[in-house]
Amino acid sequence: MFLSRTSREKIIRRLFFVIAFVSIGTLFLIFLFLVLEGLPIFKEVSVAQFIGGHYWYPTSDPPDFGIFPLILASLAVTVLSAAISIPLGVMTAIYLAEIASRRFREIAKPVIELLASLPSVVIGFFGMVVVAPFLQETFNLGTGLNLFNAALMLAFMSVPTICSISEDAIYSVPKELKEASLALGATRLETIVKVVLPASISGISTAVILGLSRAIGETMVVLMVAGGAAMIPGSIFDPVRPLPASIAAEMAEAPFRGSHYHALFATGIVLFLFTFCFNLIADQIAHKYQQTGAATL
Amino acid sequence: MKRSVRLTWLVSIFLTASLAVATLCSAASLTINGSTTVLPIAQKVAEAYNKEYPELRIDLSGGGSGNGIKAIIDGTTDIAMASRFIKDKEVQQAIEKGQYPVPFRVAYDCIIPVVHPGNKVQDLTLEQLKAIYKGEIKNWKEVGGPNRPVVVISRDTSSGTYEVWEEKVMKKERVFPGALLQASNGAVAQAVAKNPNAIGYIGIGYLNRELKALKVNGIVGSKATTLDGSFPVSRPLFMFTRGWPKGDTVKFLNYMLDPGKGQKFVEETGYVPLY
Repeated sequence: MFLSRTSREKIIRRLFFVIAFVSIGTLFLIFLFLVLEGLPIFKEVSVAQFIGGHYWYPTSDPPDFGIFPLILASLAVTVLSAAISIPLGVMTAIYLAEIASRRFREIAKPVIELLASLPSVVIGFFGMVVVAPFLQETFNLGTGLNLFNAALMLAFMSVPTICSISEDAIYSVPKELKEASLALGATRLETIVKVVLPASISGISTAVILGLSRAIGETMVVLMVAGGAAMIPGSIFDPVRPLPASIAAEMAEAPFRGSHYHALFATGIVLFLFTFCFNLIADQIAHKYQQTGAATL
Repeated sequence: MKRSVRLTWLVSIFLTASLAVATLCSAASLTINGSTTVLPIAQKVAEAYNKEYPELRIDLSGGGSGNGIKAIIDGTTDIAMASRFIKDKEVQQAIEKGQYPVPFRVAYDCIIPVVHPGNKVQDLTLEQLKAIYKGEIKNWKEVGGPNRPVVVISRDTSSGTYEVWEEKVMKKERVFPGALLQASNGAVAQAVAKNPNAIGYIGIGYLNRELKALKVNGIVGSKATTLDGSFPVSRPLFMFTRGWPKGDTVKFLNYMLDPGKGQKFVEETGYVPLY
């Protein structure tokens, strides 16, 4: 031992500080880079034109940089996928935590979590090769690569997240609460709906928002199955182009530091703001509805 | 105590900065980067070249024409593959950075409109193609096909393939917003093969049995019609070097342009050789 205990303590503390600083600093630099590369586009178009413009023709002459159809596409895909994935995810979670036998739960939960580890490109390929022709034939559509297909595939991806986190939340509701409810004569269904769900609402909300922010930021799936038409969708079977798909498809060949390049980075900023808000809301809800019921927690 | 605090900060900042710098650097060897259209050619040629000269390590990657030319301007690659000529803006950037990109024509590409094999349409004029891509023709029966909606598949606007299409077919007018976007030749081929209503356009090298090639103005897209200039939707492909090539770069390019060596592989990969 060459060093005294206190200096060893100090060195270790510093080391951890350095490590934490590097990761936070890197994140900050990436954010800075995003902003610095995105801002120059606003010398050419105003923020209102950029957000509200209906046409996205970045390479024509003169170019149009309106990402309104893309924002709408991202929101539409996310909302539709939420409408599919939230009921599925939360109900599966309730079933697993409250109704299913212990043995079934121990098999089913890891399998559902395994779903989350499916690479998005595999899900995208599935959507393109299997789901798209199926949708096209069943509903007699022009193309199966559309909003609905993308939402379905994204729901696939967010169900495991939503289910797994909600299940943890529901499972950790104190037994005393449930027992009290049952002792007062409530049925099992009443207990689940009126006691267990409200008690675990913060965990469930966090799960939902995390699932949704995965859906809105997901790139590969929407690039492959959303169709990619930069227009305002008229029905759920219209092809759309969400923000990440546009960035991924065009970034590779956009002239370096040209206005198209800057516009794509600005699109990235908008996308970042979306996911940032989602995470902020998740954080808020988690704090606001923190479970404070049972004393024996 | 105070000094050690400052030291900790310094080390932290240094580590973060070095991380940032490390991402900007690259290794030194013959690197080739750029258009995914030219990539299959470069891959075959690089393999053959390495059989003859195994001592040279060739790093190949495809990131699009824009990225390739960007890499030439930044000095991070030796050869850039491009499916289009260098743009004015890029030339300006090169001048600012003191670079002089030199173009070499290495092959021809021919872009062919394709439909599902079940579609009985054989031939479209440039005007009809343009009207379809402008969203004016919405049903196949307007051009002699079945009574089915036309699903228009286009490429991302920054790809070289789109640029050729925009220039030769659209005559600089815009593809309508309802056109589907796919990000690569392969993806377009896949999407058209799976959809009886679809029309798309791909490089001649990506034609396969699941697709039906259309004639344009009555001319079949082929090697002969590309070289004699009669097929309306064709273009030359380039490799750019940083200044006049020297050493390994010039050796590789000579190999590439040799009719008995590199050009043989251009043909094998489904493109149109220079001679």
